[in-house]
Amino acid sequence: MNSVVTAPAPAPIKSERFQKREIRWWSSLLWPMAGLGLLLLFNLIFTQGFFHIEIRDGHLYGVLIDILNHGSEVMLLSLGMTVVIATAGVDLSVGAVMAIAGAVAAQLINRAGVPFPVVIGASLGLAVVAGCWNGLLVAAFDVQPIVATLILMVAGRGVAQLITGGQIITFNDARLSFIGNGSVLGLPFPVWLSFGMLGLTALVTRKTAIGLFIESVGDNQTASTYSGVRAGRIKFLVYAFAGLCSGLAGLVACSNIKCADANHAGLFLELDAILAVVIGGTSLMGGRFYLAGAIVGALFIQTLTTTMYMQNVSADIAPVPKALAVLIVCLLQSPVFRRKVMAPFRRKRA
Amino acid sequence: MRVPVKYIPLLATAFVLVCLYASGCIAFDGFGSLRVVVDLFGGNAFLGVAAVGATFVIISGGIDLSVGSVVAFTTILIASLLAHGFSPFTAITLALFSGVVFGAFMGYLIAAFELPPFLVTLAGLFLFRGMGFMVHSESLPITHPFFLDTVTDKLAIPLNDRVSIPFTATCYIAVLIIGIFLAHYTRFGRAIYAIGGDEQSAGLMGLPVGRIKVLVYALSGLCSALAGVVHTFYMSSGDPASCVGMELDAIAAVVIGGTLLTGGVGFVAGTAMGVLILGLIQMLIEFKGDVNTWWTPIVVGFLLLVFILLQNVISAVSKRFVSRAANPASAKGLPKGQAA
Repeated sequence: MNSVVTAPAPAPIKSERFQKREIRWWSSLLWPMAGLGLLLLFNLIFTQGFFHIEIRDGHLYGVLIDILNHGSEVMLLSLGMTVVIATAGVDLSVGAVMAIAGAVAAQLINRAGVPFPVVIGASLGLAVVAGCWNGLLVAAFDVQPIVATLILMVAGRGVAQLITGGQIITFNDARLSFIGNGSVLGLPFPVWLSFGMLGLTALVTRKTAIGLFIESVGDNQTASTYSGVRAGRIKFLVYAFAGLCSGLAGLVACSNIKCADANHAGLFLELDAILAVVIGGTSLMGGRFYLAGAIVGALFIQTLTTTMYMQNVSADIAPVPKALAVLIVCLLQSPVFRRKVMAPFRRKRA
Repeated sequence: MRVPVKYIPLLATAFVLVCLYASGCIAFDGFGSLRVVVDLFGGNAFLGVAAVGATFVIISGGIDLSVGSVVAFTTILIASLLAHGFSPFTAITLALFSGVVFGAFMGYLIAAFELPPFLVTLAGLFLFRGMGFMVHSESLPITHPFFLDTVTDKLAIPLNDRVSIPFTATCYIAVLIIGIFLAHYTRFGRAIYAIGGDEQSAGLMGLPVGRIKVLVYALSGLCSALAGVVHTFYMSSGDPASCVGMELDAIAAVVIGGTLLTGGVGFVAGTAMGVLILGLIQMLIEFKGDVNTWWTPIVVGFLLLVFILLQNVISAVSKRFVSRAANPASAKGLPKGQAA
């Protein structure tokens, strides 16, 4: 990676760009936050006890904490997905990679004599390898990202079943179940994990040049190649990172229910993750990304789901409001739609 | 130089199909019988019908993720309409109509507001899965005599005294023939290829890009609904929870059939072979008996990989023969060749 960080970028211009992005960063959060706020407002009025938080045995309990906790899988996935989508790609395999990571962890933890760090390392390691495989196809073989990751999406569940032997593997290890069920300073561990990863990712992408490179590759690969950015390496890196995020989410998922289910772990979470990223303001065309927006998007999806449960909407029918949310978000972000429908409104604001 | 290159993926698909079939015939007694072939068509008919629609969408440069949900919705809609005393004709017509209208609506959103097809059809996936459960929350058996006739030999075409073509296979073959005709012998088909190849040029040539796109997604909705109808023939029931992830099988069949996901290149006949390959893999594993089911996705994934890499090699080779001047770098990812 070191050789990549030699792109000629004069210092003053760079800092100006960073300042500009800071403004964008906050304004980009406006829409997703507005959506989330609207949803919370709805709950404030119509759902009893939604905002009730109490401390029991030193742990925080409440619907809001549950939303943070249950949303953590999609939050983790959406971090990886954001940087992938920023390079104008997409990763459909994250759900399958989650299943693989969970399967490895459950298999190894049940084997006597395997130290805990090795279990975590092997599970995350395989997830990164899976991500690297996607990255290799996209970066080295120039395969369209949807297709490249479709391969692992299809085959990954088979691989996970191969690892578990087609069984649902349960485990009873306190350390592994801490990842999904434990809590630190009152907050569930997955929440710390996702916000820790958010902080780390934001630090790496915004305080080093990598974020800029990712955006430039997504915006115009040819131009960034000519200006000295190794587009292939950047792409490879983001898919590997998406693999790592999927691995973490897979650990949380399997630890949560204390078993590895190769068929259902992370099923369709890739769709939720993509949705979270898009709600967060990152365009599928690439070129720009908003990590905090993706987190807000993930929380929005989870709040929507929880709201529906608390309003006694059947889990089977729950996809319908979700679909409407997808459409509304898409339309709001479509420049054509804005021009056509919101033109008077936009002019007033400007 | 162009024509043979164009047909290489199709030939490769045919080669894999023949190899799989031959290996089955060699390995298992009775695999070569006519009955297996008939079952292959009958059992995969609903996937095949849906894949025809998916082929058109993918050739036009889009993608349709709503296939499985629409199929499930159609089955439960028909089952519940029949349970309420509607005639099969009314039920099937209503189901097909809802598929077309819904597909056209998605197409309209994609064409008019330039929304990404991936997200719009993703919304469709969620919407129709939920609406299926709204119609009826559990699987519903169909007892109408017409639907029972479609399973028995009454509507089947007898080949000899023991084997006959089931009604579902007849439907599939009919849709396939119509699909091939639409793609290669109509103005609509040529317009789809043109839009998939380069949307901007197609628009500049005077093709009604928006209208064609709406029609393509309407066609896909129709095919999905038709697949749902065929599925009710096959299962004699409607189930809102069925066919989860079927869109992936359809897309896999299309890709294995030699269609480029970037659009503009592909054959309906190739997709048919892709469907048969998926069915053959399933059938081989069933015949073998002692092989675990998880090898199916792994083998399918591997086949996808092989065909995608083959496509890449072919497009790299064919680009060498086509002058670059006629092919300026568009935003679609063509610069990759020049950047290297």
